[in-house]
Amino acid sequence: MSIWPSNPRVRLPQRPGRGASVVIRGARILDPASGIDRTGDLVVRDGVIGGDPDGLDEFDGTGLTVIPGLVDVHVHLRTPGKEDAEDIASGTASAAAGGVVTVLAMPNTQPPTDNASILGSLLERAGREAVVPTGFIPAITVGQAGESLTEHGDLADAGAAALSDDGVPVGSALVMRRALQYQSATGLLFTLHEEDMALSGAGVMHEGVVSARLGLAGIPGVSEAVQVARDCALADYEGARIHICHVSARGTVDEIRRAKGRGIMVTAEVTPHHLLLTEDAVGADPDPARVKMNPPLRSEDDRQALIDGLLDGTIDCIATDHAPHLTDEKERPFAEAPFGVIGLETAFAACHTELVVGGRMSLDDLVLRMSTTPARIFGLPVPALADGATANLVVVDLAGVDRVGDRPYASKSGNAAFAGRHVTGRVMMTLAGGQDVFRRSA
Amino acid sequence: MGKVLVDADQCRRTVARIAHEIVEHHADPSGIALVGLHTRGVPLAERLRALIEEFSGARPAIGSVDIALYRDDVGVGGGRKGLVPVVGETILDFDIERHAVVLVDDVLYTGRTVRAAIDAVFDYGRPPKVELAVLVDRGHRELPIRPDYVGRNLPTSHGERITVRLVEVDGRDEVVLEDAA
Amino acid sequence: MSARTSLLGIGDLSPDDIARILGTAERFGAVMERDIKKVPTLRGRTVVNLFLEPSTRTSTSFELAAKRLSADVVSIRGSGTSMEKGETLKDTILTLEAYGPDVFVIRHPQVGACALAGRYTDAAVINAGDGAGEHPTQALLDLYTVQHEVGSPDGLHIAIVGDVLHSRVARSGLRAFRMMGARVTVVAPPTLVPRHLGEAFGVEVSSDIRDIADADVVYVLRMQLERMGEGGFVPSLEEYARMYQVNHARLRPGQRVMHAGPVNRGVEISGAVVDGSDALIEAQAANGLVVRMAVLYDVLAGAASEPGTGDMALEAA
Repeated sequence: MSIWPSNPRVRLPQRPGRGASVVIRGARILDPASGIDRTGDLVVRDGVIGGDPDGLDEFDGTGLTVIPGLVDVHVHLRTPGKEDAEDIASGTASAAAGGVVTVLAMPNTQPPTDNASILGSLLERAGREAVVPTGFIPAITVGQAGESLTEHGDLADAGAAALSDDGVPVGSALVMRRALQYQSATGLLFTLHEEDMALSGAGVMHEGVVSARLGLAGIPGVSEAVQVARDCALADYEGARIHICHVSARGTVDEIRRAKGRGIMVTAEVTPHHLLLTEDAVGADPDPARVKMNPPLRSEDDRQALIDGLLDGTIDCIATDHAPHLTDEKERPFAEAPFGVIGLETAFAACHTELVVGGRMSLDDLVLRMSTTPARIFGLPVPALADGATANLVVVDLAGVDRVGDRPYASKSGNAAFAGRHVTGRVMMTLAGGQDVFRRSA
Repeated sequence: MGKVLVDADQCRRTVARIAHEIVEHHADPSGIALVGLHTRGVPLAERLRALIEEFSGARPAIGSVDIALYRDDVGVGGGRKGLVPVVGETILDFDIERHAVVLVDDVLYTGRTVRAAIDAVFDYGRPPKVELAVLVDRGHRELPIRPDYVGRNLPTSHGERITVRLVEVDGRDEVVLEDAA
Repeated sequence: MSARTSLLGIGDLSPDDIARILGTAERFGAVMERDIKKVPTLRGRTVVNLFLEPSTRTSTSFELAAKRLSADVVSIRGSGTSMEKGETLKDTILTLEAYGPDVFVIRHPQVGACALAGRYTDAAVINAGDGAGEHPTQALLDLYTVQHEVGSPDGLHIAIVGDVLHSRVARSGLRAFRMMGARVTVVAPPTLVPRHLGEAFGVEVSSDIRDIADADVVYVLRMQLERMGEGGFVPSLEEYARMYQVNHARLRPGQRVMHAGPVNRGVEISGAVVDGSDALIEAQAANGLVVRMAVLYDVLAGAASEPGTGDMALEAA
């Protein structure tokens, strides 16, 4: 994988709190990137790993596993504008409950996060409310309208984590090119929602057998692939770095694989729901709006291509696209319901169940894809279990089975695609930014 | 298996007696219409017509009526998940204004079926007279309805069940008393 | 015999269910020949017709069907209803629950709206057309018409011609004809056929109008003119007519022609075919009433009596 520079100006504020002090007894301590895999005690003193265990609270880690906390580079915190569906406090509490120690929030808020002043107020608010360190990804274009660039330099100075118009693509190739040209001046990564809106049209689900059967307008997989091909070509031409959001289609995986083969600086993420579910979920669900999101759940062939792409490194990391919506908004006919599902609290368990328990991927690799790699791609501090590191870790019970939805969500919204599924892998405790941010209640 | 109350031979004689009584009541049997109620009233009506023709030389008209659309319990009582009564055929292709209608059924019980049948017939026209012939009257009427011609009075309790079998439908003639399962 | 509560799509029915409903429709056909065309069957039942998209023939036929069965009918149309004041379908249903309906008959512009409505009411829901989703009573009346005018659909070859992409009539019809054993060929411009239609329904798909040649029945779909504008699905209606119009040059005598109406004469079908002796279009329109009576009866007539309790016992068929 190519070397991705760190982002020295990124700001990841968290609400003030005491550094955690705890000794985790008798757990497996696993941090593949640091070459750690041992069974024993892990000491956290004043929020920092290592030191003297004397006098610390003990946490019985017998049978449990400690891994670096997860980094989710694609969430929607609905702030400003839709705080009834989610706000910074609830969204980051949801992250903590899912073992996520850093989140990056997308700019499709109301109004969009498209200038340094809104960004500044969000960072300030996160510094008071965010349960885990939280970064923000402002818009590439003003109002996410795809016409004129936002002030990328100001946004970089103000602490932006990256730039994205997520929710919509940058429609104009020229505007995209201008943005990519600017990267050499700001260093900010572009994380791209890829879709040719003309091809997607009025589509509301994957164009496939199920949409044909139901009579719903389809979004073809090729709508994503053509836009990715365009942006890879532009990135190649401008020598820029791009990151592809929520890859969903086989054709997209193929495009990214080819681009990487040619040395283009492109990385990609995939969501847990695209790794686990297909269009059949829409046909089978009595409440199909629950599994409506964009990009849509695609065919089983696409799903297998995503897993293969993740395994061979074409797709670098996993991100949730956590997208809260109120129940009222989802209780509409499918075409009128908003796109999006929540995912922070179930991401680890879902992926662990499908990929690790399912025998497709090692636990080591899953940790890399959900923690180390996304942090590196975005130039963020990498969660690690080495002595001297800030405690950004999660204690998991890899044998614990839960039915999604049986326990209340920490998120304000309950639009979970995995509701009702049994998943294996339970988050028992999360330390983020050195603070003790989540303990599972009995 | 239940207890046979009326065997095939008794059944034959009972139907014959009803036919005689109908002939006695009607000076001109060609002016009556025997209207069977689905399912077992229909073959009974056919038998009565053959017998009446044999005894009197006059041939009554024949018809059949299905009461599904006239039931008083359709969709009542949260019964939407219940079975849907199959709608059978109603054939009344005689001049209903000029024939005395004799409704024919196998068992008379609450009287509700007969009420429904009368309503059904009246939607086709206004017969000068309506009578009722049944093979078995088992009592327990819930409406002011009484038969004009009764084959057998068989008093029963609510918990019992009278089953009439006819050759045309069931392969043999008999009336059986069964305990409701 | 299966007991059901709602009719959201043809997939809710088994072949036995369809046979039973069409059998009941036959009986209503006989009732319609009497002087007194009304039966007391659904006395005291309340039918709410909620039509949130323009419709004349379907809403009228449901309304008359309910009245012929002696049900009370409340009809609500899309224009002027609270839906246009921003009220959601959910709230509309919850409000109409005040009438104590036994069944909602719903026409809505969005796929799945009837299923959604069903989540908020204990009443049965009959789908009278949901977007490009389904129109099950149309498919049932089409089957009834084929059965009457042509014969059993089992083994028949039916060609469906035209805009399948946007057609709920096609979607329910494909399911129903396939379920009853017909072979179905879809003939349409490639832009008006969903990409995976053949796989989804087990039908043959062709873009050559000559493939209607050996069909017993040619079912013509309405060309929705408003969809054919600039950048639309076909270059022009004139070209569509030249390539896909069902006319006498493309039919042989004896091939029966169906259309759910309203027809665009000279576009998807020639006027001569509409008026010709092989057209079943009027029969389709006429059969709507008895089939919808049968559907209302089937949905509402589950009786309270247990089978075999005596005088009013059900004859389990």
